[in-house]
Amino acid sequence: MSLAGSLDHPRPQPHVHYRDATGANMRFDEAASRREWFEQRLAPLMDRLYGTALRLTRNPADAEDIVAEAVTKAWTQLDRLRDAQCFEGWLFHILTNTFVSEWRRRRCRPQPGGDDATEPSELDSASFTLFQQLHQPFLLWWGSLEDQFFNGLLQEDLERALDALPDAYRVTIVLVEVQGYTYEEVARLLGVPLGTVRSRLNRARCRLQKALWEHAREAGMVYHEGDGGTQR
Amino acid sequence: MSPRALSCEEVIERLFDYLDRELDPQQAADIEWHLQRCHDCFTRAEFERRLRDRVAATGTVKAPPRLQQRIRTLLDRFDESGTRQ
Ligand SMILES: [Zn+2]
Repeated sequence: MSLAGSLDHPRPQPHVHYRDATGANMRFDEAASRREWFEQRLAPLMDRLYGTALRLTRNPADAEDIVAEAVTKAWTQLDRLRDAQCFEGWLFHILTNTFVSEWRRRRCRPQPGGDDATEPSELDSASFTLFQQLHQPFLLWWGSLEDQFFNGLLQEDLERALDALPDAYRVTIVLVEVQGYTYEEVARLLGVPLGTVRSRLNRARCRLQKALWEHAREAGMVYHEGDGGTQR
Repeated sequence: MSPRALSCEEVIERLFDYLDRELDPQQAADIEWHLQRCHDCFTRAEFERRLRDRVAATGTVKAPPRLQQRIRTLLDRFDESGTRQ
């Protein structure tokens, strides 16, 4: 999957903190200018709306559904947006809320054969770090493997590793690392205690790093014991 | 306020809170002061920051043209049904 968006969709900064600010009510004199105003602001956000929705849902069809729903909500509630500067944060917040309410609704139903709905807590030691794996003394002969690791790591590898996380972990790490929500905002959004957000985040990171390490070894991106020094 | 000297363990323990901007300005300044002076912790922090940026980048994926079209159609439908102010 290519990161390079088309020219008419410049990639915005990945880290944006959404904080509501108050401002003057916006007025639209004509329906046409209102539509134009909306579409002009929506266009550069589309790839990030879709990408975020895809990370949250793991599924292209569901991602398209929640983006379409969020955009529709934003359009019908545009009068409630008090400050035009907050459009982006406001729209992403609508997207997140749309996802979360759908997600919670689905989790209330019994999940066929899936353990995703339960709190994944067992067997998760939050002690694994990729950094330590890449900096083991015997590896230092080959210098730091970090660059090798990052250069070999493709976006689809990361996407796959994120998608493989249990639901509760994935959603938490996406809300924090992709969307930039604070822990407290995540706790409020998901209706869970702050401590739960922290533990899910720790475990999500640990599992993600473990998965990336295993992938790096399998793909021969890094040297490891038993390779007989064939890799650099 | 002068920075409080932290041990490497304390820095690593709070590293993600720091990267997630969960620390208050004084706590963040304490971490930064340590990172500027400790190569090991700095290297670790840079690694986690790099990985975090890569995770953040997975939130940008080219929106399919059919989604763009679907949204245009939805907005058209609202326009047709009349925009009541
Ligand atoms: Zn240190």
